[in-house]
Amino acid sequence: MNRYPLWKYITVVVALVVGLLYTLPNFFGESPAVQVSSAKVTLKIEPSMLDQVGAILKQANLETTASNFEINGPVGTVRFRFKTTDEQIVARDVIEKALNPDPNNPSYIVALNLLPASPAWLSALGANPMYLGLDLRGGVHFLLEVDMKGALTSRYDALITDFSAALRDQKITVDGIERNGNSVALKFRDDVTREAAQNALSRRFSNLQWQQPPPEAGSWTLISTLSETAVNTVQASAIKQNIVTLHNRINELGVSEPIIQQQGANRIVVQLPGVQDVAKAKDILGRTATLEVRMVDDSPAATAALAAGTTPFGLERYQDRDGRPLLLRRQVILTGENLQDAQAGRDSQNQQAAVHLTLDSKGTRIFRDITRDNIGKRMAILLFEKGRGEVVTAPVIRSEIPGGQVQISGSMSAEEAADTALLLRAGSLAAPMEIIEERTIGPSLGAENIAKGFNATLWGFVGVAVFMIVYYRLFGLFSAIGLSFNVLLLLALLSLLQSTLTLPGIAAIALALGMAIDANVLINERIREELRNGEPPQRAIQLGFDRAWSTILDSNLTTLIVGIALLIFGSGPVRGFAVVHCLGILTSMFSAVVGVRALVNLTHGNRKKILGLSIGTVWKAKD
Amino acid sequence: MEFFRIKRTIPFMRNALALNLISAITFVAAVIFIVLRGFNLSIEFTGGTVMELTYQETAPLLEVRQVISSLGYTDFQVQNFGTSRDVMIRLPLLPGLSSANQSTSVIAALQAANQAPELRRVEFVGPQVGRELIENGLLALLFVILGIVAYLAVRFEWKFAVAGVIANLHDVVIILGFFAFFQWEFSLSVLAGVLAVLGYSVNESVVIMDRIRETFRKERTASVQNVIDCAITQTISRTIITHGSTQMMVLAMLIFGGPTLHYFALALTIGIWFGIYSSVFVAAAIAMWLGVKREDLVKPIKKDDTVEEIYTE
Repeated sequence: MNRYPLWKYITVVVALVVGLLYTLPNFFGESPAVQVSSAKVTLKIEPSMLDQVGAILKQANLETTASNFEINGPVGTVRFRFKTTDEQIVARDVIEKALNPDPNNPSYIVALNLLPASPAWLSALGANPMYLGLDLRGGVHFLLEVDMKGALTSRYDALITDFSAALRDQKITVDGIERNGNSVALKFRDDVTREAAQNALSRRFSNLQWQQPPPEAGSWTLISTLSETAVNTVQASAIKQNIVTLHNRINELGVSEPIIQQQGANRIVVQLPGVQDVAKAKDILGRTATLEVRMVDDSPAATAALAAGTTPFGLERYQDRDGRPLLLRRQVILTGENLQDAQAGRDSQNQQAAVHLTLDSKGTRIFRDITRDNIGKRMAILLFEKGRGEVVTAPVIRSEIPGGQVQISGSMSAEEAADTALLLRAGSLAAPMEIIEERTIGPSLGAENIAKGFNATLWGFVGVAVFMIVYYRLFGLFSAIGLSFNVLLLLALLSLLQSTLTLPGIAAIALALGMAIDANVLINERIREELRNGEPPQRAIQLGFDRAWSTILDSNLTTLIVGIALLIFGSGPVRGFAVVHCLGILTSMFSAVVGVRALVNLTHGNRKKILGLSIGTVWKAKD
Repeated sequence: MEFFRIKRTIPFMRNALALNLISAITFVAAVIFIVLRGFNLSIEFTGGTVMELTYQETAPLLEVRQVISSLGYTDFQVQNFGTSRDVMIRLPLLPGLSSANQSTSVIAALQAANQAPELRRVEFVGPQVGRELIENGLLALLFVILGIVAYLAVRFEWKFAVAGVIANLHDVVIILGFFAFFQWEFSLSVLAGVLAVLGYSVNESVVIMDRIRETFRKERTASVQNVIDCAITQTISRTIITHGSTQMMVLAMLIFGGPTLHYFALALTIGIWFGIYSSVFVAAAIAMWLGVKREDLVKPIKKDDTVEEIYTE
């Protein structure tokens, strides 16, 4: 009567083994580690870096317990584990000094990190420790400052392009346009032309302020500055776009509940709970490149100047990725703002590796004009990182490109094409940003909160278990074992799903246990009731479980509705609570109904004659 | 051991009217407190100030906490931030003080203490996030109510659904009334606790409703009031043991959980006690006032219902 088919026992055993396996990594703790990754988009970390850093550590007499190389997309990282945090910090300093001789221009990011100390075979099974939230394990906090000057500068540079196009349309001759700090100066040969130009330009461009200083040496100057509202608009939209870009990048990091907020006029706060991988976060956030497209000056005069090492007026000297110098016009044709997408691919005709760019409508129009007028000349795509520009590629314009679909191909490998595409995509920030503050939230509060949550759960559990055993005897013991099984499954699920565990999440575990016991109480009370009604023990067990089941199902389903609502509408701590709450309901149903039943069947099912059940006093009213 | 040696059916419903009146009065009182006093909302909802300090030596966290609590702050956080010398202080907004004044008073008080810290950063949490949180909280509440009504209406009967939801709202409003009356801080985790109580309390009502349905099937001649009394009597020991166990868990949270979980556990405690009360006296009684009949629950005999099969022996 109370026998389970073999497969049900096997299901319970499999759940138990899987539960143990995936809960196991949580007990190993974490070991201190140092992590090295690239600080520049153009520098790649290869597995050979392991030997290089290994040699540095050997020289400093530092012993690592383990090291590994990981490649995540295009980003390579090497990590070295140490026994103690002291060694870890010494090792960080040693590696930093050796790899970055110039601290102002670091090539590598050397960061402290914590790695799960669980054995490799567990990680290979996908068994990792639970992800703890910012309140439990601390986390990374960044303060990023948006370079507003940079945003304004590129706005002024764009204005220059717009002005010359507008004046050309109006057939007004201008002797020179250049940017002077935060203003644009236009030079004209007489006052009449200047007047006409101001009229034409102020009609076309709003939110500009005009100044006409007295003429000097036969040259009439018109100075244009952005009005305050225009400056504010530029800054507001720059920070907005950067926040959107950061969101996208952090989504790629897979952090749950990240906080990305504007702070003050020009700063952005990024908080990544649970991320100890500071180097990676920093890498992804800090790799804030901006993109510019400019014309290369290959005229004989410029070539001569290049050879002589001088820079003529109106030109700027940049180097390409192989260190070859190039002279570029100051005028910026396009910025990263106009670039919608960049993908690596192949040339449709000769199957060479290529990068395909997609421009927005403004970019398309400008690009069409520029390519029409400059066939045979070279244009350079420049990438600015931390204020330093580098030419990514400088292709020759073969024909007019009207549709906004641009292809860069030439002597590059497929890997180079992929890298270039990545670099260009990373350029979609409106203004450069730099991390001006980077902290990890101290583990003191985290450790404190873990201890608190753990103690609350433990003592609550002990209290409930003791009560159940005293009140229901053997069946109470079964319930307590079922409850432990429930904890095990819940922890295993949380570890498996890698959802972030917060303090409210721990509270939800405790609450789930308190509520899970309900199913056991329902069953045990029901069995007692059947015994009271004079049913024989075996039948009482069966009826007790069967009749309690519909109630258990109903009550858990209604609780699940609440959990799902919290999951959908909740944010922050509420969501952390909801995830555990929902999972706890599912595991408690399984452990109380299937798990405990298996125990009861195993111990009672095969016995022919049972005189009584050890389920505490079954009191009968005398009537 | 058996706590409840109940000889006969306890006439719970005899005093239903009086108890329901008490419920109604408590409910109205809670609503009045909520309206008049409002909630003491936490930083998450209202915004607040975050300060960062650096000490010359290891920061005396305990001392900092003491100094700040002597200024009259209740839900502030003091924690290490980065190194052991850096301290981050989160302060709720105090009405009438701008964030600058707030930080000035705190830093002045701290500098008067033994070790003078250096103020590194003052940060301000804007209130705009809060509005969104409140909106989402209300949406969650609505979703839960609709979901529960729909489920109970399908599984039981609309009268039970209505009764269940009123009983639950009764619990939730009373918890909120407590928070308004005592001006306990209402944070996001308290919101989670309140919504959890909603589920918990439904759970309770469902167990009793299940029993009522079952009793209706068994006792074909008994009056509605008797059936309800009988069902509650049969489940009362389970009700108290279950809630006792849950309360044990919550008590552990209250004792060991520290300040973050304190109000969460408090909300649950109130929810648990009122949950017992409301499912016994409110839900069943409302179902009774609504005129629940044997035919409502027993008429549609479903062949796939396991409980049904056991009874049609």
